[in-house]
Amino acid sequence: MDLVVFWVMAPVSVGAAVLMLLQRNAVYAALFLILNQFTLAVFFVLLDAHFLAAVQVIVYAGAIMVLFLFVIMFLGIDRREALVETIRGQRWLAIGLGLLLVVGVVLAIGLGVGLGRAPGPPPGGDNIRAVARVLFTDYVFPFELTSILLILAAVAAMVLARRKARGLPDREDQPAAEPEPERVP
Amino acid sequence: MRTPIAYFLVLSALLFTIGTIGVLVRRNALVIFMSIELQLNAVNLTLIAFSRQLGEVNGQVLAFFSMVVAAAEVVVGLAIIVSIFRRRVSANVDDVSLLKW
Repeated sequence: MDLVVFWVMAPVSVGAAVLMLLQRNAVYAALFLILNQFTLAVFFVLLDAHFLAAVQVIVYAGAIMVLFLFVIMFLGIDRREALVETIRGQRWLAIGLGLLLVVGVVLAIGLGVGLGRAPGPPPGGDNIRAVARVLFTDYVFPFELTSILLILAAVAAMVLARRKARGLPDREDQPAAEPEPERVP
Repeated sequence: MRTPIAYFLVLSALLFTIGTIGVLVRRNALVIFMSIELQLNAVNLTLIAFSRQLGEVNGQVLAFFSMVVAAAEVVVGLAIIVSIFRRRVSANVDDVSLLKW
């Protein structure tokens, strides 16, 4: 059953990723990326990471991709993508090196983990409970730091994307994008 | 039967490679950014697969942090793209070559 779900979702996932690359239109690319992220959420469920599957759908497929689509709409869709290569042969070189990367990683996995070994029985108990226990005991300080990071990101985005009140030609608001000094308790 | 962890690792390697090729090949800044998201997702899958293999939740917590950082990164990156787009009306990365010597 597990294996069936995997073999159904894996081609969908890879196919969505490849189609994302081939799209001229950025909106279609974003929609294929959303599909890919949904399949990743399914894989997380297969791996007994229920909490992260929910977070994947809510944060990635929900919030982040809505932000992407919002910015695409905001900027307007431009279909014309420069087909000139600034570095000659870059495209084929990139694809060749990418294939080399995949072969290397698969080889490393085969040597290191072993391709056929099935994992042990799933750890008993509630996944969300287990994650929460580790998150709020061992990792409580990094967890608090992420709140500072998120506030900084929100402030930085507002400063960067702000429009000048009067149409001043020069942009002296760039240095204001520097993050404020962190006040770590 | 449980799916072997290596399947997930190979799938994650494939997705990561597709993301890498996307970063190298595409010219639209937004699509490059989406490819980076794809790479981050692939690494998250690896983290969770290993967390399952080892029977610990530390990998899941790490993947959670990576999602939070990815969210912050997307917000700032998109703001930068918007501000570049305001200055020169293009989302093409080849047009942003001011620092090139």
